[in-house]
Amino acid sequence: MTNKPANSTLRVKEVNENQCHMCMPLGGVIAFKGIEGAMVLVHGSQGCSTYMRLANVEHFHEPVDIASSSLNEKQTILGGEKNLNKALDNVLRVYQPTMLGILTTCLAETMGEDMDRMIRAYLQEHPNLGVEIISVATPSYRGTHSEGFWATTRAIIAHYARVCESHNRINVIIPNISPADIREIKRIMGLFGVEYTLIPDFSMTLDRPYGGRYQKIPTGGTSPADVSRMPGAPVTIQFGLTCPDALSPGLYLEQQFGVRLINLPIPIGVDNVDQFIAALSHICGKPVPEQLTLERGWLLDGMADAHKYNAEGRPAIYGEPEMVYALTGVCIENGAEPVVIASGSPHSKLKDLVRPMVSDLAEQPFLIEEADFASIEHAAVSAGATIGVGHSGGKFLTERHGIPVTRVGYPIHDRIGGQRIFSAGYAGTLAFLDRFTNTLLEQKYGSYREKKKDEMALNRVM
Amino acid sequence: MEHDCSLASGGTGCISERQNSIITTGKNKSRIHCADDSLAGAVSQRACVFCGARVVLNPITDAIHLVHGPIGCATYTWDIRGSLSSDSEMYRHSFSTDLKEKDVVFGGEPKLAACIDEVISKYHPPAVFVYSTCVVGMIGDDIIAVCKDASERHGIDIIPVESSGFLSGNKIVGYRAAAEALMKLIRPKPGEVIEKTRKLNFLGEYNLGGEKWLIERYLNEIGIEVNVAFTGDSTVAALKRAPGSCLNIVQCTGSMHWVATNLEKEYGIPYLDVNFFGAENTADSLRRIAAFYGDPEIIRRAESLIEREMNRITPIIARYRKKLTGKRTAIYVGGAFKAVALIRQMKDLGMEVVVTGTQTGKQEEYDTISGLLSEGAIVVDDANPAEIERFLLDLKVDVMAGGVKERVLAYKLGIGFVDHNHERKECLAGFDGAVTFAREVYITTCSPVWKHLKASIGGEEL
Repeated sequence: MTNKPANSTLRVKEVNENQCHMCMPLGGVIAFKGIEGAMVLVHGSQGCSTYMRLANVEHFHEPVDIASSSLNEKQTILGGEKNLNKALDNVLRVYQPTMLGILTTCLAETMGEDMDRMIRAYLQEHPNLGVEIISVATPSYRGTHSEGFWATTRAIIAHYARVCESHNRINVIIPNISPADIREIKRIMGLFGVEYTLIPDFSMTLDRPYGGRYQKIPTGGTSPADVSRMPGAPVTIQFGLTCPDALSPGLYLEQQFGVRLINLPIPIGVDNVDQFIAALSHICGKPVPEQLTLERGWLLDGMADAHKYNAEGRPAIYGEPEMVYALTGVCIENGAEPVVIASGSPHSKLKDLVRPMVSDLAEQPFLIEEADFASIEHAAVSAGATIGVGHSGGKFLTERHGIPVTRVGYPIHDRIGGQRIFSAGYAGTLAFLDRFTNTLLEQKYGSYREKKKDEMALNRVM
Repeated sequence: MEHDCSLASGGTGCISERQNSIITTGKNKSRIHCADDSLAGAVSQRACVFCGARVVLNPITDAIHLVHGPIGCATYTWDIRGSLSSDSEMYRHSFSTDLKEKDVVFGGEPKLAACIDEVISKYHPPAVFVYSTCVVGMIGDDIIAVCKDASERHGIDIIPVESSGFLSGNKIVGYRAAAEALMKLIRPKPGEVIEKTRKLNFLGEYNLGGEKWLIERYLNEIGIEVNVAFTGDSTVAALKRAPGSCLNIVQCTGSMHWVATNLEKEYGIPYLDVNFFGAENTADSLRRIAAFYGDPEIIRRAESLIEREMNRITPIIARYRKKLTGKRTAIYVGGAFKAVALIRQMKDLGMEVVVTGTQTGKQEEYDTISGLLSEGAIVVDDANPAEIERFLLDLKVDVMAGGVKERVLAYKLGIGFVDHNHERKECLAGFDGAVTFAREVYITTCSPVWKHLKASIGGEEL
C-alpha cells in the first residue's frame, strides 16, 4: 500500500501465530459436498478427516461424513494403495455414492502417491462400479481452504464436462458462501426465470431441514448430468474475481469450450448486487423484476438511515479473499472505511483488486496477505479499528481488545447459525448491514455515557 | 441410502470387518476387538496421535505450543479446549511453522529453528513444546536435534513431542508422546534438588470449566494441598516441582497412567486412581485420598465435607431423577474412564444405559463397561456414524452423551445430547458438577423442542 508499511513489515516473520486460514482439502470437502450423490474420502492419516468433519460440523451444524484411508506408519513407508483400496471398498459399500471425491493430504502428497494410477487400477478391477471417482491434489503446504475449494470445483467440472449442443441454461459458479446466500442467489435467478446450473450447490446438503433421519448422503446438490452440459451454456457467471487463473473453473470452461466468462464479485453490497442483476437482465433480455426493485429500494433506504452510524465504524475485514473483497466494497459504499483488509491466502488477486478501491480513502488501510491473527490484531489495534468483520477466528479482537466482530464467512464455530448467515442480494446486504450497524450501536450505547464523562466532564479525576 | 445391515443378531455392524468391535452384553462369548487400527473408509470418530498429544499438553498455560508442519494441524487445534487458566493465556495461542512446498522439498529444520528463535524473542516463554506432524515425520526433520540446539542457545526447555499423525489413528499413542514430553520437562537437572512436601499431584485433570479449582477447594478444605495438576492450569515451573509430591492422584487413566507409573519408578511417588465425576465417585475418591494421608483430622474433615455436600445436592438431584427415570441413554466418548463415570452417573439418575462406546478403550476397560450394563446393551469400539445412527434408533435412545460430531447426529434424529468432551465449558466434576450434569441431562432429554420435531415427521423422511 502507499503510506502504510503493510505487508512487508507485518508478516516478515517465520511463525504463523493464530491462523486466519484453514487447510486445502477442507475447501475441497465443501465443494464435493455440493454435488448430488457425492461422498468424500481423504487419503491420509485418520486425524485429517476427523478435523475436517469437526470444522464443518461446528459451522454447518450438520453431520458431515468424511471417510479416511487411515494411513499408518507402515503404509506411509510402503505406499498407501492397499489402504486406499480397502477404504474405497468400505466407503462405497456403506455410503453407496454415485460420485466419490478423493482429496489428498500433505502426507499423501509428500509420499508421492500416484492417485491417478491407483484409481485407474481400482476401476479396472471393479468394472461395473457405477461410481465416478474424482481425485484432487490438495496438500496444505500448497494452498489454503479457499484454493482447495476452487481446485476441487474446477476438477469436478473438468471431470464431467462434455462438448454438447448449445442450450439456454447458464452456468453459475460460486465460492465458499453460506447455504443461505446460495438460496438467495437461486431465488434471484428464479425471479428472472432464468435456467441455470449452479455449482457447487451445498445449500441443501449442508443445511438440511429437520426430517427425523440422518441421511448418509443428504439429498440435493448439483446434478452431474447438468455439470456435463455446462460446455453448452451461453455464459458462465462466476463469483470469483480473486480466484487465481490456474484454479478458475469459469476460465476453464471458457478456454476449453468457449463459454463466455462473466467474473463478478459475490453479490453483497449494492454495487456488487447491481452487477449481478445487470448481468442477469442482459443475459435474459428481461427488465429487472419489480420485486428486486423493491428490495433495492429498501436497501437504499436502510443505507440512508444507517450511514452516520456506519461512518463511525473502522472495520478490520479478514477471511477468504473473495468474501473479503465483497465485504470491503459494502463497507466502503456505506462510509465505513476499512482500516485493515486481510486474508490468509497468499495466492489470490485480492491485493491488486482492492488497491484501486481504497486509493481515495482518507486513511490508507493495512493490506495483509498470508495474514495470521497476530498480524491482523496488531494492525487492527494500531489503526484504531472499532469493528471486526469476518469469521470466528477474530474472537481475540473482542476478547483481548474489546473490538466487537460481526460474524460472516467461514468458519463460524463460536456462534450458532454459520450456515444461515444471510448477506447476498439486496435483501441479504440489508441484513448484513443491520448486523454491522447494530454491532456498532451496541458498542456505542454500552459505553458512550462513561466515555463522554471521562472525556468531557470538568470534575473528572485526572 | 438404506442398506441391508441390522443389529438383530447382536453385534452386526454395517461393515462385516467391524463385527468383532461390537458386542451385545450377555450374548457374546468373545471379547471385544479394540486394539485394531481404524478400518480404512469406515468414517471413524477417532483423531490422530498429534491430536492426542496436543490436547494433553495444551493446558500448560505459560508454555508456547509450536506445531511443526503445514498449517492445518495448528488451525484445527487452536484453543480447542475449555481448560481455564488462573494466569497466563499463552497456551490459547496457536503457533505453526506453516511449512510450504519448498520446506517440504528441502527440509523444514531451518524454518523450525527460525520459528523457535522468533517466538522466544517475542514472548520469552519458560518452555516451548515442538510437535511433529505427518509431513515432518515423513521428510525426516530431526526435531530432537533442532530442539536440543535451540535449548542450548536460549537456555530454556525446548521439548520435542513426537506426534506424527500417521503413527496411529489412536489418540492413546499421542497421550504417550505427551507423557514422555512431560517426563522430560519435569526431570530435575543434574544437581538440582526438589524439596519433598506433603502435597499431591493431580494427574489427568485439565481444568475444564474450572474443575481443577473445584476439587482443589475440596482438598484444601480437608487439609491437603495440590502441588500441580497434569496439566490443567499448570505452569512450567509448577510442573517442575512435581517430583516433590508425596502422592499422585490419577483421574483420566487413558492419558496419565503411564506418567503415574513412571513418577513412582523415578521419584518413589505412589499413586491412587480417583474419579471426580458423580457425587458417589467424588465422595469415594475424597475418602481414599484422606485414608492415604491417614491423619484423623483430615479424615474427619473429609467426612464432614462429604456429609454437608451430599445433604445439599441429594434433594436437587432427586428432583431431576424423578423426571429422568426410565429414559434410555447412549454414551460415546473418547476414553473408557469417562465412559465408566458416565454410566454410573446416568444410572444414578435412574436412566438405562443401552449403548456405550469409546474411541480408545482397552480390553479390560470394556470388560468393566460390560459388567456395568444390563443384558442386551451394546458395547462398541471405534464406532462410525452409520453404526451410531442404528444404535440410537433401534434401541430407542432418548439422550446421548458424547462429542461434537455425535451431537449433530443425535439432533438430526431428534434425540437429546449432553456434551462431555474436551471443549465443554461447564464444570461437571465434584458435587457441584454432579448437579450441573443432572441439569444438563434434564434440559436436553426433557426439552419441549422434541415434541414439535417428532410431530413434524410422522415417520416420513424429507
